[in-house]
Amino acid sequence: MKRLVLILCLLAAPLWAVEPGEMLDDPVLEDRARTISQGLRCPVCQNESIDESNATLAKELRIVLRERIVAGDTDAQAVDFIVSRYGEFVLLRPDTRGANLILWFAAPALLLVALGIGWTAIRRRPAADEGLSDAEKAELEKILRP
Amino acid sequence: MLIELGHFALILAFGVASVQMIVPLVGAHRGNAGWMAVAEPAATVQFLLTGFAFAVLTWAFVTSDFSLQLVFLNSHTDKPMIYKITGVWGNHEGSMLLWMVILTLFGAFAAWFGDGLPTRLRARVLAVQASIAVAFFAFVIFTSNPFLRLEVPPLNGRDLNPLLQDPGLAFHPPFLYLGYVGLSMAFSFAVAALIEGRVDAAWGRWVRPWTLAAWMFLTVGIALGSWWAYYELGWGGFWFWDPVENASFMPWLIATALLHSAIVVEKREALKSWTILLAILAFGFSLLGAFIVRSGVLTSVHAFANDPERGMLILIILAVFLGGALTLFAFRAHAMESKGVFSTVSRESALILNNILLAVSSFVVFIGTIWPLVAELLFDRTLSVGPPFFDAAFTPFMVALAIVLPLGSILAWKRGTFGRAAKPLLGWLMLAVALAGLAYAVQSGNSALGPIGVALGVWVVGGAIADLWVRSGREGFADRVRRMSRLPRADWGKATAHIGIGVTIFGIAAMLAWQKEDIRVANVGDRWDVAQFSFQLDDVGQEQGPNYQTTLAEISVWRGTREVTMLEPEKRFYPVANMPTTEAAIANGILRDLYVVIGDPQEGGGWAVRVYVKPFANWIWGGAILMALGGVFSLSDRRLRVGAAAAKQTMPKGAPAE
Repeated sequence: MKRLVLILCLLAAPLWAVEPGEMLDDPVLEDRARTISQGLRCPVCQNESIDESNATLAKELRIVLRERIVAGDTDAQAVDFIVSRYGEFVLLRPDTRGANLILWFAAPALLLVALGIGWTAIRRRPAADEGLSDAEKAELEKILRP
Repeated sequence: MLIELGHFALILAFGVASVQMIVPLVGAHRGNAGWMAVAEPAATVQFLLTGFAFAVLTWAFVTSDFSLQLVFLNSHTDKPMIYKITGVWGNHEGSMLLWMVILTLFGAFAAWFGDGLPTRLRARVLAVQASIAVAFFAFVIFTSNPFLRLEVPPLNGRDLNPLLQDPGLAFHPPFLYLGYVGLSMAFSFAVAALIEGRVDAAWGRWVRPWTLAAWMFLTVGIALGSWWAYYELGWGGFWFWDPVENASFMPWLIATALLHSAIVVEKREALKSWTILLAILAFGFSLLGAFIVRSGVLTSVHAFANDPERGMLILIILAVFLGGALTLFAFRAHAMESKGVFSTVSRESALILNNILLAVSSFVVFIGTIWPLVAELLFDRTLSVGPPFFDAAFTPFMVALAIVLPLGSILAWKRGTFGRAAKPLLGWLMLAVALAGLAYAVQSGNSALGPIGVALGVWVVGGAIADLWVRSGREGFADRVRRMSRLPRADWGKATAHIGIGVTIFGIAAMLAWQKEDIRVANVGDRWDVAQFSFQLDDVGQEQGPNYQTTLAEISVWRGTREVTMLEPEKRFYPVANMPTTEAAIANGILRDLYVVIGDPQEGGGWAVRVYVKPFANWIWGGAILMALGGVFSLSDRRLRVGAAAAKQTMPKGAPAE
């Protein structure tokens, strides 16, 4: 039974994201690898970074990434290496080229517009006026002296 | 037979909803009291029929009736009873039926407790609510019927997704749906008011409790989902900016804005058309959420039942309701004239700023969520938008909101001055800055995240306390405390919810900034240090659960020579679903969580082990609980309770006096 369980566990996809065996001995390089891999999407997964994913491809990409870093690539070069093979789909942080400018700047632009509209709407409305209109005065009179 | 009765009840409820959609609306238009009165019994009957259908489906799950296709696909005789019951909504069809039960329940509540509403408005609200029900009844009956039978009943079922066999996730959907669907009430009130062409303070008072209730449930639902992700997915993340999470977060942000603008309508009779628009948008985002989760257009970790045809139908429902309501809004919005006037520096202006920040931050989440779709359709680019985008684009709005919150919430209505508002806050501002400085000096590394979180947390919490303090008068300390305890519960609700926001902001920043991680291969007997703790792998064994096998490790945690706790992380394997899950072992604490995960056996002997020390993790969900609690306080405010009761006595006139 015990052996069966062990086999079943090994057959099932590894449960884990980064495994100890993959990690680099140099903590500085490993730190860089972790940071980069948190920004790269696992191409076969549903919205997970290769750092979190349990898929085999994610594991391979983690190892490739570490090989590039050990080989002396800068962070940007290592990322480009993977993007050149899997496309910009793997970038969890979309770049600011072309149409992506809309993605990045739509909200700040909307904020400015909203603040502008809000400001003019507040300024244009009559300032708080303490007095009552004649109709209101009449009504107040009615309420106070029934 | 019972199953067929349930099926029949569902179809009957569809018919009743259709009647309730048309008759009261026509009655309200013609001023026919009899036709308008149809709405109330119809709403009750609709709820009873749907509730019966749901009870039948639950019964089928409890008795493991595998002649029902849905039970066969999602249940198993070995499954613990609690998960047999929660399995009812652990799938697309059953969860839609739960959605219907809640939708009709809200409609019935409006019928039962809506005595104070003007008759005409009530008839219209119930009719609009029924029209939403009609759309979804049609959706359930024609595309997602839970009552389909199998010709040859199999001996056993295929089991529920093991990830869903968990208390956190089992009760996550009902809360979430109570929130999503609760927003339909605000929508119905908004559309009814547009048809009526009238919004006044009484309308604001009627909408606010519904929105508040929906918002509370949504808060709890989102917190449960995030808590589940934290302990179940195995690396202690609590928010992934996943499309499905965003789907619940967008309506929450808009509902938060709506809550605040409805206050302005109620107290000051201003911002009327904006509030109506928010009510429409909030439910629109709920429907968008349903579309995202159920269509599979956007890939996600936890979407279920992906089906383009169903997605299409939800999209049509979304288009009809949102489009219809917005068209109505365009024609009628100008009729909602504001009465209340206010100057530039006032609580009203502060709440407008609150609304702008919340609406724009919700837009950030929206555009980030749908951008991959837009980019692919229009620009032919296959790309991803992940956490790094949202962290960068969303956080600034929340920081801005936290900065203005204390000042805005203490400003006077109508006409305020910054000087007077800032005075009671100065002490807290200095404390916030001082503690942030202290945090910066004590922490290792020089990340700004932790100190900023400390400063914002202290500032927001302090602001909420100062707000209460200011309202307690000018007498001696004892007198002020006495007066404070007698403040209306709505004031306590406001303070509690704002304290909750501060606590959550601090928790998120502190955990992200100061957590420690350790990944290693450990042999039985090994001992290693993480942060101020030592961890020792004592034993690893195999055990058998009710419907799974498990690898169970024992890890003792030490601080110096004192044993802090014993943790037992598990790695389970569910044979029926052929799926492994991690069960992290967590020692919860107020100041830190110890989080341990056991991994695979290694080739050279030993086990992979992951250890995290996560400071202040529980504050994240503690803050969410405080927010929901603030909602409870507000809902129990005398104004709402007495208002409703008094309205019963003065029946025909409706809206109670202030």
